[in-house]
Amino acid sequence: MTSAQHSDANIQPFDVAKVRADFPILTRTMHDKPLVFLDSAASAQKPRQVIDAVRDVYEREYANVHRGLYEISEAVTARYEGVRETIRRYINAGHTHEIIFTRNATESINLVVASYGRSFLQEGDEVIISELEHHANIVPWQMLRDEKGIVLRIAPISDDGELIMDAFEKLLGPRTKLVAISHMSNVLGTILPVAEITRLSHAAGAKVLLDGCQSVTHIPVDVQALGCDFYVFSGHKLYGPSGIGVLYAREELLDAMPPYMGGGDMISSVTFEKSTWAKLPHKFEAGTPAIAQAIGLGAAIDYVSALGLEQIGAHEHDLLNYGTQQLSSVDGLRLVGTAPAKASVMSFTLDFAHPHDIATIIDRAGVAVRAGHHCAQPLMARMDVPATVRASLGMYNTRADIDALVAALGEVTEIFG
Amino acid sequence: MDDLRELYQEVILDHGKHPRNFRTPDDATAEAHGNNPLCGDQLTVYIKTGADGLVEDVAFIGRGCAISVASASMMTELVKGKTEAEARAIFETFHGMCTGEGDEGDVGEDLDKLKVLSGVRDFPTRVKCATLPWHTLVAALAGDSEVTTE
Repeated sequence: MTSAQHSDANIQPFDVAKVRADFPILTRTMHDKPLVFLDSAASAQKPRQVIDAVRDVYEREYANVHRGLYEISEAVTARYEGVRETIRRYINAGHTHEIIFTRNATESINLVVASYGRSFLQEGDEVIISELEHHANIVPWQMLRDEKGIVLRIAPISDDGELIMDAFEKLLGPRTKLVAISHMSNVLGTILPVAEITRLSHAAGAKVLLDGCQSVTHIPVDVQALGCDFYVFSGHKLYGPSGIGVLYAREELLDAMPPYMGGGDMISSVTFEKSTWAKLPHKFEAGTPAIAQAIGLGAAIDYVSALGLEQIGAHEHDLLNYGTQQLSSVDGLRLVGTAPAKASVMSFTLDFAHPHDIATIIDRAGVAVRAGHHCAQPLMARMDVPATVRASLGMYNTRADIDALVAALGEVTEIFG
Repeated sequence: MDDLRELYQEVILDHGKHPRNFRTPDDATAEAHGNNPLCGDQLTVYIKTGADGLVEDVAFIGRGCAISVASASMMTELVKGKTEAEARAIFETFHGMCTGEGDEGDVGEDLDKLKVLSGVRDFPTRVKCATLPWHTLVAALAGDSEVTTE
């Protein structure tokens, strides 16, 4: 998808200046230089609309949800529950009660492991993950392996950072019970063929969990079209607040799964002898939830939806192409992650400077990037790098941001070259 | 750029590019593995101590940023020939230098050499890069095999 393809379409052109004006933090400086924020894959900045929504909750109608028999509690409950519908529409889930609020994608995966995994996976059952997974989609499965004796199989990737589909297919077998895999790599930017992965996995009788942390901000997601069983993402990467995340799961799975945590809000009745569970989605939401954060996430999705995810994606793709081209002209630079299908992430190394030294130097030029292993140490080992610098794009980035990054890399060359 | 020049002085760049005692000795009496889980930097420090408590040899291998490699390299040069107690004392003063909590005054010839690394005090996220090799050395001296900066 390129911006050119959209130029004739009957939609508003993407106005990045207008978008930038919505993000108050972009007016600040870092080390007396204009802030060049290229770390949205770690956490995105928030538009005024999200900040206002959160403040509005606290200023006008804050109360606990699902409890109060008074006006503001009913009002905030309606707003909070309304976000479920916003999310349902955003990922085209079949039902609002298939949207479970969590703290973040990490908690969503842990919920699936603790509830579905402990109940439905047995010793010797196989779970397939891939070499490019974030630690959040590795470690919970290892914990289940150590507890239940399941077998973890690792689907390999190519040097470009693509899932090797032949090898993946060979891993699928009668013992495969679940495939847990990223929709988009947080390090390489690779977009995985998740529809095909889901189709193959289902044909082998396995359930599919997709980690959508990176993808939901760049690519339209339709969980019913994908056919996946679980889809997880965090609010804070989607221009919403931190502390709110989402687990989508198909209704019949959620019905069969036991609660994740016990407590208030997740019960139907409690006696000392026995408790019964609330209906979906509340069965999985013990305790007072992140009320204002959920409402903030709703505002973020409204904001993204109004601009159009395809428009945002096209803008970012144009920047990705420009950035890839500009970075490729830097002497000694190696891009890590060169899959044809990728979005919004440029990981790289310089052969004369370590990523941490690069990040420290360009920080002083006002450029914010992430350097390190990006919570993907097995992937670092696979790509044979100790760490990378990662410049990641959000809807507010511009070609000027890329130019600032490349200029700042010149200072690294000056010191180390 | 000034504080960057202060951080990345020539001597640091030199040790970072050409680390001294960067090898795996076959007669080490102890070794420890250092890990900074935040960034993934790892190194292994090898020591050979004599019957008299003297550190007869120090070497290291690993991957890390210029600061951590330079710090490890300079450490190996400095600690060789010292007693274990002297090595620990140097680290304590050096740690103070890096965090800005130490004495700025006359620290003696050995520590004077390490002053080039004290620029990290203006870069709080980088202090652990400079101190990880020393933490690892101290672990090796104490007979511990693993150390992390967390």
